[in-house]
Amino acid sequence: MMLETALAELQRLPIRAIVMGGSAGGIDALRTILAALPTTLHVPILVVLHLGVGSKSAWSVVFSHCRVPVCEAEDKAVAMPGTVTFSPPDYHLLVDGCGTLSLSIDAPVQRARPSIDVLFESAAWAYGTQVLGIVLSGANADGASGLRMIRDAGGACWVQNPDMAFASMMPRAAAAAVPDARVLSLEQMADILKSWTEGRERHG
Amino acid sequence: MTPDHDLDELEIDLLLEGIYRRYQHDFRKYARPTLRRRLAQALETLKCESLSVLQHRILRDRSLAAKVIGFLTVQVSDLFRDPPFYRAVRDHILPVLSTYSSLKLWIAGCSTGEELYSMAILLEEEDLLRRTILYATDVSVEALQAAEAGVFGIDRAQTFSRNYQQAGGKGSLSDYYTAAYDGIAFDRRLRENVVFSDHSLATDSVFSEVHFVSCRNVLIYFDSELRDRAIDLFRQSLVRKGYLALGLRESLHVSTHANAFISIDRDARLYQKQ
Repeated sequence: MMLETALAELQRLPIRAIVMGGSAGGIDALRTILAALPTTLHVPILVVLHLGVGSKSAWSVVFSHCRVPVCEAEDKAVAMPGTVTFSPPDYHLLVDGCGTLSLSIDAPVQRARPSIDVLFESAAWAYGTQVLGIVLSGANADGASGLRMIRDAGGACWVQNPDMAFASMMPRAAAAAVPDARVLSLEQMADILKSWTEGRERHG
Repeated sequence: MTPDHDLDELEIDLLLEGIYRRYQHDFRKYARPTLRRRLAQALETLKCESLSVLQHRILRDRSLAAKVIGFLTVQVSDLFRDPPFYRAVRDHILPVLSTYSSLKLWIAGCSTGEELYSMAILLEEEDLLRRTILYATDVSVEALQAAEAGVFGIDRAQTFSRNYQQAGGKGSLSDYYTAAYDGIAFDRRLRENVVFSDHSLATDSVFSEVHFVSCRNVLIYFDSELRDRAIDLFRQSLVRKGYLALGLRESLHVSTHANAFISIDRDARLYQKQ
């Protein structure tokens, strides 16, 4: 039932972009979700992970078992539907309403650059109700205030179940900041996103 | 887009127009997402409830305007940020530039000087500094003053030193600064040939012919149109076969002036004027 409501929300808003953030344990969490996504995913996914993987090409190695393409953000590129775009190390990643990406070397936010809050805040401004924010495993509170901004703008908010996360602090802080966020397991998130994408294919 | 969104955009447009017409600082073609975030921070710090209220105050209060302009230009880089870039300049660019009897370099958007001191140290170690003139320009007078002072927080020295070593530094970074109280002050000799100047890539034109333009992580703050304007200035300013350096996530290939340059090191984002 809960999953059907979450799915209905994605269809109702309707979602035009997904933003995700994580830190410790975030890479594994993300792998679980991305592995389930079909190539017909029709919205861009933007991701901030505090732990970079070292070099640009490394993203596609880490996520090689995923069918959706992954890349690292270039300034002023347009976020591609069906593609997962990561923030480069030591840059903030932001997005505008046309899906154009912006990078900045403004000061770290709560000691983080890239900052999940910065990405989420820009997505709330850019997409209003039409964005889904997802906070994954992590050992600090980045993402909580950004998720709150997405909620305040009317967007959809998901949080990884803290009891099942590698590091619970980040999802716990996000759930505290957004009490009506949907607390889901990674498998549930994957299921909903898969059904959403496939349902859209069937109904055109 | 929602009506609220349109209203926000309108308020930003009006504020930027006001700043431009009253103080001649042109932020109208800055990338909106970052600009918007910086304005939100300014509102919070200055305890201002809306952009319209800020606009009302800023048009009448020059010192407040200076503060807001500070918010709109602040960024945080490091000495020798991206060490492989400096290594590439040391290994591939400076040997070519050393064939000129005198050199001119332009550090465009030098901010508080991190890029400038990195380049000056590199030139010094390749024995080129004494025959080089460096132009260090920025729109922010406060940033230029900080760059000219050459003082950085002591807490940053460790990162600076690590970057310097990774960039192929020939000595110790501490050879170039003195530590005092809670800061490190870079040696005067590094800036003996530096011309600090207030210059806007948005509104000013070319001022000299140069051999090398370094403009790293500045164009990310501009929209496409302003980015292209800046690249055109660099094109006009550079000698034939002169070099252009951009930030590691910036590129020329989508610019209208892309054909004027060839990429000589894609990873380091180094270009050469045709």
